[in-house]
Parts: sequence; C-alpha cells; structure tokens
Amino acid sequence: MIRTDTHTIACIVFAAAALATGILIDDAYYLQVLIFIGINTLLALSLNMLMGYAGQISLGHAAFYGIGAYTTAILSTTYNLSPWLALPIAIFAAVTVAYIVGIPTLRLTGYYLGMGTLGFGMIVSIIFREWYSVTGGASGFVGIPPLEIGSFSFDTDQRYFFLVWGVVLFFFIICRRIVDSRVGRALRAIHDGEHAAAAVGVNTAAMKLSIFVLSAAMASLAGFLYAHQVFFISPETFSFLASIRIVTMVVIGGMASIWGSLLGASLLTLLPEWLHAFADYEMMVYGLVLMLVMIFLPQGLTRGIIDLYEKSRKNRNK
Amino acid sequence: MASDAPLLEIDSLFKAFGGVRAIEDVTFSIQPKTITGLIGPNGAGKTTLFNLITGIFPADSGTIRLKGQPVNGKAVHDLVKMGIARTFQNVELFSSMSVLENILVGLHSRTTCGLLGSVLKTPRIRNEERMARQKASELLEFVGLSDHADRKSGNLPFGWQRLLELARALASEPDLILLDEPAAGLNMSETDMLGELIQNIRKQGVTVLLVEHDMALTMRVCDQIIVLDRGRKIAEGPPRAVQSDEAVMAAYLGKPK
Amino acid sequence: MQEFLQYLFSGITNGAIYAVIAIGFSMLYRSTDLINFAHGEFVMIGAMTMVTLTVAVQVPVMPAFIITVVGVSILGLVFERMAIRTVRRPEPIVLIIITVGASIFLRGLGMLVWGKDSHTMPAFTAHPPLDIAGARLLAQSIWIVAIAIAVAACLHLFYKRTLTGKAMHACAINKQAAWLVGIPSKLMTLLAFGLSTGMGAVAGVIIAPITMPAYDMGSMLGLKGFCAAMLGGLGSLWGSVLGGFLLGILEALGVGFVSSGLKDATAFLLLLLVLYFRPGGLISAVKVKRF
Repeated sequence: MIRTDTHTIACIVFAAAALATGILIDDAYYLQVLIFIGINTLLALSLNMLMGYAGQISLGHAAFYGIGAYTTAILSTTYNLSPWLALPIAIFAAVTVAYIVGIPTLRLTGYYLGMGTLGFGMIVSIIFREWYSVTGGASGFVGIPPLEIGSFSFDTDQRYFFLVWGVVLFFFIICRRIVDSRVGRALRAIHDGEHAAAAVGVNTAAMKLSIFVLSAAMASLAGFLYAHQVFFISPETFSFLASIRIVTMVVIGGMASIWGSLLGASLLTLLPEWLHAFADYEMMVYGLVLMLVMIFLPQGLTRGIIDLYEKSRKNRNK
Repeated sequence: MASDAPLLEIDSLFKAFGGVRAIEDVTFSIQPKTITGLIGPNGAGKTTLFNLITGIFPADSGTIRLKGQPVNGKAVHDLVKMGIARTFQNVELFSSMSVLENILVGLHSRTTCGLLGSVLKTPRIRNEERMARQKASELLEFVGLSDHADRKSGNLPFGWQRLLELARALASEPDLILLDEPAAGLNMSETDMLGELIQNIRKQGVTVLLVEHDMALTMRVCDQIIVLDRGRKIAEGPPRAVQSDEAVMAAYLGKPK
Repeated sequence: MQEFLQYLFSGITNGAIYAVIAIGFSMLYRSTDLINFAHGEFVMIGAMTMVTLTVAVQVPVMPAFIITVVGVSILGLVFERMAIRTVRRPEPIVLIIITVGASIFLRGLGMLVWGKDSHTMPAFTAHPPLDIAGARLLAQSIWIVAIAIAVAACLHLFYKRTLTGKAMHACAINKQAAWLVGIPSKLMTLLAFGLSTGMGAVAGVIIAPITMPAYDMGSMLGLKGFCAAMLGGLGSLWGSVLGGFLLGILEALGVGFVSSGLKDATAFLLLLLVLYFRPGGLISAVKVKRF
C-alpha cells in the first residue's frame, strides 16, 4: 500500500509531467496515442475499483463504455443536443443499467455479478450491432461533433490531451480518497471476507452495488470522451473482446492499485502496436501474456515489480 | 446486579435443515451484564443457535428478542446496528488489512462517511475519521495489541488474531457479544488472559454469550450455563448446578440414565 | 405447422450441441469449482481436428471421432497441468482470467494451424434428409441428438456406478473429506479436465458436418453452452441437458417468429432471467450462495 503523502507527491509530479508533455509534444500521432492511453486509464481505473477493491469481476465493462459513447453520439448528432447535456444522460443510462444488473446479482455472495455482466455485456453489444436505425449497426455511427465551451472548441489533439488527462488526474484523486476512507475499508473487507464484513455491520450488497454503479459511471464517461475524440464509433470497440481487454489492463497493471491502472492501460494501448510485429502470432502472444502474468504474478506487474525489488534488496543485505 | 428486563429472550425456537432438527423448542433468556455459557456435545446445535441469533439464517418458528425488539428475519448487518456482535470459530480477520484497519472496519456501523463524503472530505468527515482512529487505538490497548497496530493482520500469531477479532467485535459497541469458541487453539496462559478479558468486557457493560469446550474456563467465568444436546435444551443454571446435573453427564459421557 | 416443425428440428439439433457443451462446463465445475472459459476453444479444436482427419487425411468417421476426442482430452490434461496446477494464487478471479487468456491463446493457435477460412466435412452417414410433415430433418441431426443423449447417459452411469465417478463426485462435495479417505484430489482434478475437454471435443465433432467450422467458432458456442449450463443448474448433469435443449428450442423459435437478430441474444437473456429469478438454475443442484 502506497502511503497517502507519497501519493500526493506522485500526483503532483504526474500533473507536471502531463502538463509538460502536452506542451512539448507536437506530433499528432503521439498525442493521439497518449489520449487513448488516458481514456483507457480511466476505463482501467473504473474496473479496478470494482475488481481490485470490492473483489468483484465484470466481464462486460465495455458495455458501459459503449453506452457512454453511443448515448452521446446519438443525442448530439441525431437529436442535435449539446454534448454537455448528453453527458449526464449518458452517465444516467449507465447507472441505470448498473442498477438493473447489480441489484439481483450482488445480493448473492460469489461471482454472480461476473456472469450477469457477461450476459448483459453481450446483449448490449448485440443491440449496438443490430439496432441499425438508431446506432448505425455494424457499419458504425458517423458525424459526432467535437466538444465546445462557447467559442472554445476541443478539436485539436493538444486541447483534447489536456481535457482527458485532466479528467484522469481528477479521478486519481477521487479514487484515492474513496480507497482511504471508511468506504474503501469496507470494500477491502468485503474482498477479504464477505461474511465477516457483514458480521461487523457492513451492508455488503449496498456497498458492492454503489461501487459497481460508480465504476459504470466512470466507464460511461470514458465512452463520452472517446466518442468526441474520434467522431466515429462502431460496435467492434465495445465487444466482449474489448471487455476482456479492460480486464487485462487491470490485471496486468495490478488489482487494487490506482497507479497500476495507468501502467496496465499504457501497456495495453501500446501492445497492439508492438504486437503487429508478431502479425499472425498476435492472438497467441496476447493470450500467453495474460496467462503467464496471472500464473506467476497474480498481483500484477506494479506490485510484482515492487516485490521483486524488495526481495533483491533483502538478498543484497544478507 | 442484573436489572429486571432480560436483554435476550429466546422463545420456542425451531430450526431444521432438511430432515435434521438442529434446534428444537429452545427457550431461555439472558440478563444484561452477565456472562452466559452455552455448552453441549458436538452437533448439539450451538453454532446453529449463534447463527440464528446473529441473523445468518432465519428460524423456522419461535422468536428471538433483543431488548424487547424482535430480531427474527433481520439482515446480519442490521443486527449489528441493533447491538449484537460476534466472533467466529475459525478466526475471520480481514487478513490483507492492518490490525488497526480491522478495528476501523469494526467501527463501520458507528460511522457514517459514504461515497460522497469520502470524496468531499469535509471537516466533519475528517473529524469522524480522527475519532474513529482514536477509538480503534483505545480498543487495541484494551486487548493489548497497541504495539502492532500497523502490522498486516494475517501475519499475527494465532492467539493475537483471536484478540484482534475480539477487539473488532467490540468496536461496534454491542449490547450483546457472542463468542464462538474463543479459547480454541489457545494455550493455558492465553486462556487465563482470555478469561480476564471476558470479565473486563462484562465490566464495560457488555453482555457475553459464549460457546466453549474448555470447561475450566466456562465454569470459572460464567454466571449461568445453558446446555444443549441434539438441538434441545437439557439444563440451565449456575455452573455448580449444571456440573452435577445428571442429564448433562449422560449427554457428555453417555451414561445410561 | 411446417415452419414450426422446421424451427423445432433446428432448435433440437442446436439444443443437443448446447447440451453437450453445457455438460462439459457443469461436470468440470462440479468436480473442481472452476469455470473454464476456454471450453469453447476445445469444442473448436475438436471440430477442426475432425475435419482435418476425415477430409485431409481421409480417416473414416469412427476412428477419427475416437482419435479426436482422445487427442483433445490429452490437450485438456496438458492444459490443467501447465496452466491450472502451476498457479501461485488459485483464487477464483485469477483462475477465471487464466482460462480467458487460454481461450484467446487457443483461438490464436487455431487461426495459425487452420487459417481464417471455414472448412467443410460431409455428414457421418450419407442418408438424404427425412421429410416429416413438410419439414426437413437431416440425418446428421439424428446423429447429434442420439450421441448427445448417449453421452449424457454414459456419464450418468459413470458417476453413479463406477468407483472413479463416485470418487470425483466426492471430491466435489467435500475435498478435504475426500482427501482424508484417500481419494487423490490432484488426480481427480486432472481427470475432470480430461473428461470435460473430451466432452467439448464430442460437441465439436458432431456439429462439424452441419456448421462450417472456423477458428473463431469456439467463443460463441462456449458462451452459449455456459448459459445453457446456468439455465439448467451449474453442476447438474441432467440440468445441463435440459438447459441445452431449452436454449436451442427457444433460440430457434425466437429467430423464426420474432427476429433473426435475436439469435445470439436469446442465450444471454435467458442467463439474466435465471440469475434474477432462480440463480441455482432450473434444477438447483448447487447451493445458490456458492460459485
């Protein structure tokens, strides 16, 4: 567990680094990659709160991502609504779905949420693909407008970079506060022993539900940011495989680690770029990496590297 | 010393699992600020009774009343708010969390900070957190674990884990605390300390109901003893009386009556 | 009437496949408390291997069937040994993700070995389709249903009558107690994997002639088979059979009378309904709180 003051320093350093990067980097390609890393970090962080702290798994998280993206796309394009109005509606939609899936499944102990999210994720992804008249079907949805505040438009990569990373930093702080509070402790307690947590007064179903809802809202926000960056969305981005990719980010970065979300998101955004070198072997390598990390470093790379470092320090001191 | 109204009243309680009648027509009451022992051979239904009182599953029929309020069918966490706490036979700590953090979770029902509060971090919330940590430190001192507040609870030796679980249960300021075999796995000196601790808990005004197999401990600390055998109550009374009760001896030793 | 019958036949055929896949999930869960999300890929490997053997290598159907099932079972054993037993921290979340990773790995492997195209193979027997009240019933469909029921019956006997079967069941009920009476739980887990993946191979083999097997057929089949298992009751043999047939029939009727876009969604809608109203499944073999 990284201590809170270390975390504050890390946040300040991180904010400075992000600021510098945004100002110094000119290349549109690099900026876009960094923007995607930012959006993926938000996604990974949202799932991490659920998996890492509450110990629940969501196998359909891309559905919330998609709900955020499609809601704002449809409302701001087809219905000409301001994206800033579409945003609360998108989040509300995701929250509603989270309640619908979560209420029946979270009152049971065990991984029923995982199965419920699997089912729901598949259904939502099928809806995106089949409801041609509203979502554009398999060919996708075009013409999403950029974000604007008055006359200031977020239509350059640099401006969007600051927007996205500003949001990410904001949520780093929020999530840290939640983890360090009574709520965070209750969640970790549920993770360690749900029966014992109930026996000391934690309303486990309500706690799991509220973190699931928060997690859905954050993923929906990520979808919103994604839609107004790329201006075109298609169901492929929100498929079952996409949900697995988010799980991978959390797992590789390290569950219950806020900075781990950053690491996992970075690796998984950059990995496809590197994996293209493997061409036909891409899927095999991806699957293999997932398995190996889980078999040998189940606590994720962040924790794993820290542990290895501490072990080597102990060996040197002997 | 005990006031008139009983703290816990169990009336004609029945619980069956399939064909097995785990609890059959059990009736007794517990006065406030007393220590009651629940004994009986294995399979007598002691843990089932605990689970019924703490809300893990509902009884088939009969009532359980705490301070006059019916308790049957309420959720486990609601009962904690009403004033019931328990420890487990196999210590169930939050092993990835520190000793202090375990106690802080124990204070969950007496604190209020929610998602919004944790994010906004208002002075009221910060104050509540400070008071909670203060209270947790006091509880650690009560059980003698102050020096280990930041240790990972999973790394504690077994006897201390039991103490921590006890402190955690006390954190919710219960009126009634149920201890499920607290002496199991403890050596003689640890058991003696436990006995003293239980008496101190009573001094703090908390009523104790404990299940134990360690007869010496039970007879020493308890004001009254209830004996179960095969789901039924077969004896009730002060330790001396129960010790010489023939039905009890038959149940434990299998002597023909 | 004719349309209804046609959909019914198609539904029963698919239902039999889902049933066999569901049995694979259920039996593994029953013996080991694990959900193998890579199960669908073993179905795919079974189908593709069968195609390769019968078409490219020209092996006759019966021996090819046996070779495929045995081969895939061995692959399952290897999988258990390498990916499951070696896990440092066997928590459910970790194991789930490992099987998900394995599923992606095996799919990539399939793509490498068999390419991206779909393949075809002839039916087991060369009978022309039967005409029943105007609806067409393929000979292969009869094979599929018959084999599915035979497999279920054999497993039933295995669990009830043989010592190994009873031992496996004992492990599922109480691992420690089973160990105490001398049942080697590691061996049982290994066997359970072999049996489960063998089931998967059977499903792949019998469906190969009527679908067009390709490297990516495993994921949807696996997910739907899982839904069928949950529908019937995870851990229950006849529950999986019931769930499989029910899913197949409802899916076909949904496609026929409501909308074809609904095809894939049916399984997941049923999954959600089961979770909401009867999490233990129609035949609640497993206590609801456990996973």
